[in-house]
Amino acid sequence: MRRQPSQLPLPGFDQARAEWRRAYGEQLPEERPIFNRSGIEIAPLYTPEHFSDERYMDALGFPGHGPMTRGIYPSMHRGRAWSQRQLIGLGVPEDYNRRLKRILASGGTAVSLIPCNSVYRGLDADQVDPLLLGTCGAVVNTVDDMDACFADVAVDELSTAMNDPLPFTLLALLLAVSDRRGIPWTKLTGTSNQSDYISHFVANHMFFRIALPGSRRILIDHIEFTNRHVPGWNPVSVVGQHMQQAGATPAEAMAFTLCTAVQYAEDCIARGMDPDTFLPRFTFFFDISISFFEEIAKFRAGRRIWARIVRQRFGARNPRAARFKFHAQTSGVDLTRQQPYNNIARVTAQAMAGIFGGLQSLHTDAYDEVLSVPTEHAARIAVCTQNILREEAQLGDVIDPLGGSYYLEHLTNETEALIESLIAKVDDAGGMYRAVETGLVQTMIGESAMRFQARVDNGEQTVVGVNKYRLEEDSDARASLKRPSPEKIEAQLESLRQYKKGRDSAAVQRALETLTRVADSENENVYAALVEATIAGATHGEVVAVLRREMGDGEPLIVP
Amino acid sequence: MSTSAQRPYRVLVSKIGLDGHDRGSRIVAAYLRDAGMEVIYTAPWQEVQALVRMASDEDVDLIGISSLATDHLLLPKLLEALRAADLGDLPVVVGGIVPDEDEQALIEAGVRRVFHPGSSRDEIVSTVAALAAEARIQRKTESF
Repeated sequence: MRRQPSQLPLPGFDQARAEWRRAYGEQLPEERPIFNRSGIEIAPLYTPEHFSDERYMDALGFPGHGPMTRGIYPSMHRGRAWSQRQLIGLGVPEDYNRRLKRILASGGTAVSLIPCNSVYRGLDADQVDPLLLGTCGAVVNTVDDMDACFADVAVDELSTAMNDPLPFTLLALLLAVSDRRGIPWTKLTGTSNQSDYISHFVANHMFFRIALPGSRRILIDHIEFTNRHVPGWNPVSVVGQHMQQAGATPAEAMAFTLCTAVQYAEDCIARGMDPDTFLPRFTFFFDISISFFEEIAKFRAGRRIWARIVRQRFGARNPRAARFKFHAQTSGVDLTRQQPYNNIARVTAQAMAGIFGGLQSLHTDAYDEVLSVPTEHAARIAVCTQNILREEAQLGDVIDPLGGSYYLEHLTNETEALIESLIAKVDDAGGMYRAVETGLVQTMIGESAMRFQARVDNGEQTVVGVNKYRLEEDSDARASLKRPSPEKIEAQLESLRQYKKGRDSAAVQRALETLTRVADSENENVYAALVEATIAGATHGEVVAVLRREMGDGEPLIVP
Repeated sequence: MSTSAQRPYRVLVSKIGLDGHDRGSRIVAAYLRDAGMEVIYTAPWQEVQALVRMASDEDVDLIGISSLATDHLLLPKLLEALRAADLGDLPVVVGGIVPDEDEQALIEAGVRRVFHPGSSRDEIVSTVAALAAEARIQRKTESF
């Protein structure tokens, strides 16, 4: 707590503060300090000495303007509510299509496509154990599969977020589908989620990787290609979510995400690209933990830092470049298997933090994600949670409604300073690419994960139903989702065989040879060659195999 | 008791299949190391056969598999491969997201224990130690 006189023009402030401190100390003579997850000490009370209105214009300003603290758009959620973007994907393309149509029928316009883990690993269905096919996402290997995913759906009327890690084969398949349907690429909008290869090296997760130097090149090729040919597409989603799920504190996750975005921007500039053109297409993706105020402060601080970086480091003048557009997902790690219905309350609090943090798009976790891949029933509750917060609780009515809170403004400032110090650390290590290559970032995150777990283990951090308020008999229902039947998987494998038989194999062969040559060259766009190969009929696994062979496999950078 | 019985327990901690989420396996590896065990920790995405070879080469007392995204479905194949390599006595435990209806099938296939999210450090360490001790005694008896 601060000891110096307040120097505020508030008559009686100092005296009243001293009296309150005395009374507080009488009630709580031996209080242990409280820290948030990022390690910032939390005081019992905040007053104008922590944040005064004299700093308003420098620190806050107006939404869509200046420091951007209050939001990136002038009208924020009042003008356009956040997108409800639930992750979907399971089984075979027809399953995906059925679920997609149900979501569209209920008014959704922003959709996602989550492919099967085999796709994430860079493999076609015929290259993995059939037991695992379609258990976590949709099997999508060919242009026929992508066409079936979006059967009877106008792909140019949707904003499609695809979990499409490098080398971005799903977008290539979507472009091929657009060609088939006569839709110009310029009409497509959406985002290449999971395009942030650095985050995949930091937190292993499920994605296969091409060795770091190759990954670095493919991402920039992809940005260059989409900027030119698919201008409505966001080629980059810089991801803090993986890092926070892997154990990074909220401040670390924000800092390392900003460092990653800086790295990608510098790589684009080195390629001769213009920040005013590529930066407006940068997007971000974060985790929202249940540490309520800390998360709101994280988002506000991140938005302010990004606006500053964009203007100061990169000299961008396009106002759209300074917009810190982000999608967020409630934290799966915070959910418990014990008394799983409690997770609905957790997700609600997390979602509120994200909304107050000024997000553009939100995925609320289903309460049963800790039990299995979500059931449709639980997914519906997750969607309704958002509807309730928006239309019953009316959380979107006022822009940045917690702005001006002495606590939140002070916490935003402290979080900002902490994030800045972490960014400086990464800068000193030679930037994010280098800091990940050497394992610096992974080590820091690993240590934070252990510190947090130790707090749960010793009871300092309460987890309801796990280390406190446990029930002897935990009778909450635990339904789980049906997996695709072996027959269905066999039919999918058969369709892959038929696809390979029916295509012009000579053309595919030629296109894959071109891809090989371009991958080995220095200055041709490897993503353009990949799209050509896909249009010629090559499958996901085939193009990935070429790039793996020519550019090397990405070994996990494991910290022992 | 022979000196070999007093060697620290050796545990192989790994992930098979397609998923790489490794926060859980790292934490469990640290728990076991802190409890004095020797942990052989692998990168995720191991093939079943590679894991069997490693278990044999490293002479481990127990295998712990972490699973988040349905890779536990491959566990019966791992147990089968261990039996085929004459390592059928090696206890295998799994931790992570395992739906209730799969748990029974895994136990029937020979998995010794399924740890769900929220399992405590003590529960994990003591169960692993007990299963590893049991496996050692069994192997010693068999070698006579």
